[in-house]
Amino acid sequence: MRLTCPLCGERDRREFYYYGAEDYLHRPGEGASLAEWDSYLHLRDNVAGVVRDLWYHEAGCAQWLVVTRNTVTHEISGVELVAERAK
Amino acid sequence: MRYSGLKVITEGLFGNRGWTPAWRDPAPKAEYDVIIIGGGGHGLSTAYYLAKNHGITNVAVLEKGYLGGGNVGRNTTIVRANYFLPGNSEFYSHSLKLWEGLEAELNYNVMHSQRGLINLFHSDGQRDAFVRRGNAMINQGDDAILLDRDGVREHLPYLDFDNTRFPIYGGLLHPRGGTARHDAVAWGYARGADRRGVDLIQNCEVTGIDIQGGKVVGVQTTRGAIRARRVGIVVAGRSSQVAAMAGMRLPIESHVLQAFVTEGLKPVINHVVSFGMGHFYISQSDKGGLVFGGDLDFYASYAARGNLPMVEHVMEAGMTLMPMIGRAKVLRSWGGIMDMTPDGSPIIDRTHVEGLFIDCGWNYGGFKAVPASGWCMAHLMATGEPHEVARKFRLDRFATGHLLDEEGTGSQHNLH
Ligand SMILES: Cc1cc2nc3c(=O)[nH]c(=O)nc-3n(C[C@H](O)[C@H](O)[C@H](O)COP(=O)(O)OP(=O)(O)OC[C@H]3O[C@@H](n4cnc5c(N)ncnc54)[C@H](O)[C@@H]3O)c2cc1C
Ligand SMILES: [Zn+2]
Repeated sequence: MRLTCPLCGERDRREFYYYGAEDYLHRPGEGASLAEWDSYLHLRDNVAGVVRDLWYHEAGCAQWLVVTRNTVTHEISGVELVAERAK
Repeated sequence: MRYSGLKVITEGLFGNRGWTPAWRDPAPKAEYDVIIIGGGGHGLSTAYYLAKNHGITNVAVLEKGYLGGGNVGRNTTIVRANYFLPGNSEFYSHSLKLWEGLEAELNYNVMHSQRGLINLFHSDGQRDAFVRRGNAMINQGDDAILLDRDGVREHLPYLDFDNTRFPIYGGLLHPRGGTARHDAVAWGYARGADRRGVDLIQNCEVTGIDIQGGKVVGVQTTRGAIRARRVGIVVAGRSSQVAAMAGMRLPIESHVLQAFVTEGLKPVINHVVSFGMGHFYISQSDKGGLVFGGDLDFYASYAARGNLPMVEHVMEAGMTLMPMIGRAKVLRSWGGIMDMTPDGSPIIDRTHVEGLFIDCGWNYGGFKAVPASGWCMAHLMATGEPHEVARKFRLDRFATGHLLDEEGTGSQHNLH
């Protein structure tokens, strides 16, 4: 499997660290309920098909990335910078 | 038909013409008292103990493929009771005791072999952690022996003890740990359940769960609708999909774990050896193949095959630990879909739907749990109350903060 980093180009999977589902980007704010924390930390849609998840280009540009990919075929359909999304 | 040594000999004399199928192939009935979704190890053992321990025999096991085609037939068969945390400790201890009587119980040779499991350590800090774990095992009534470097050498002379990165300081020996024949466990429970009247229905995928007024009333399948007032979801790596049919979102992420086997060799490895620092473990099957594996591929996946970086990593770790295996030829590799929880421990519990139960979250350690998981799930489904040794495997423990994080790696599904 290879990921195309928007900054570094196509790279071997081993350059990246996988963190988990995109849910980790939606950290609950101050005063959030326990249910919101549970959902953020633990509960996952865990789709067999197209998902969006968080990767870190550890051995490259050190950017966090949102990768759109298929968990059944391992096909990658998009890689975006988390930093760009936030804008 | 009862199996025995005498039966094998007489059948051998008469051309093996007297063997009959080990279980029936029934068509699904319109209604059962209990439906178990999933014909893996845990689903089959649940059905067996529902019949055996609770006298509930009007039961169907619905399997989308064939019995034993999932993880129960893909694992590396390590059976052990070396857990640390209260909650896990008593459960796996109970399971190991069931293993020790399983062949007589099922009248089936599951080839349970208590050859001893050795976990290696490579630093003073790791030794302290292993001493603590060993004491927890002994307190639970199980066995653990701390080996120093020379002690390990007596058992495993072929290791590279002076590896510069991970020199071997010693190991924790769990003499009652070992392996079993995975397929035989599935087949033994299947036959035992079938003989007590359970219908094992293959090629029958559950596509929906019918709920009325907050109560489960049956399931939709590729072989039609089937009614039941008690339904158990026991589908391992597919738990999130099936639970979603009942409107649930589970604390699970599915990951691929790979394993490997070499050509058959003469006996060289007599134990199960685990090299945690290198993410590598190995044993030798009774057929002679070296069976080994490592860690997850690390990213969520439903492809029952692995990726090459982990293949390379596992081979490198194996060569680091025991260079002698370098000449063996790898025959096959494969992968299975693991139901990873954010604390690495399983779930056996009720759900928000009355009559709907779930048994999942086995991570990569669910083979050894097959007997106790079925025992406890059957207890829960029959009595409505959790079994004593599985009472901490609650579905709501993540929301309430009562996590059972054996390795202390935190709430990230792939780190356990
Ligand atoms: C490579 C590898 C090595 C492992 N090594 C070990 C080990 O050494 N020791 C250990 O203790 N554990 C080990 N495990 C883990 C262990 O195999 C699993 O935790 C355990 O087998 C899971 O439970 P099961 O047997 O019920 O799962 P499965 O056998 O996967 O059963 C689930 C069944 O549900 C069926 N199903 C899914 N969806 C549906 C549906 N909609 N309708 C009907 N049926 C459905 C599937 O077809 C499947 O047959 C390993 C796993 C792997 C992959
Ligand atoms: Zn990059």
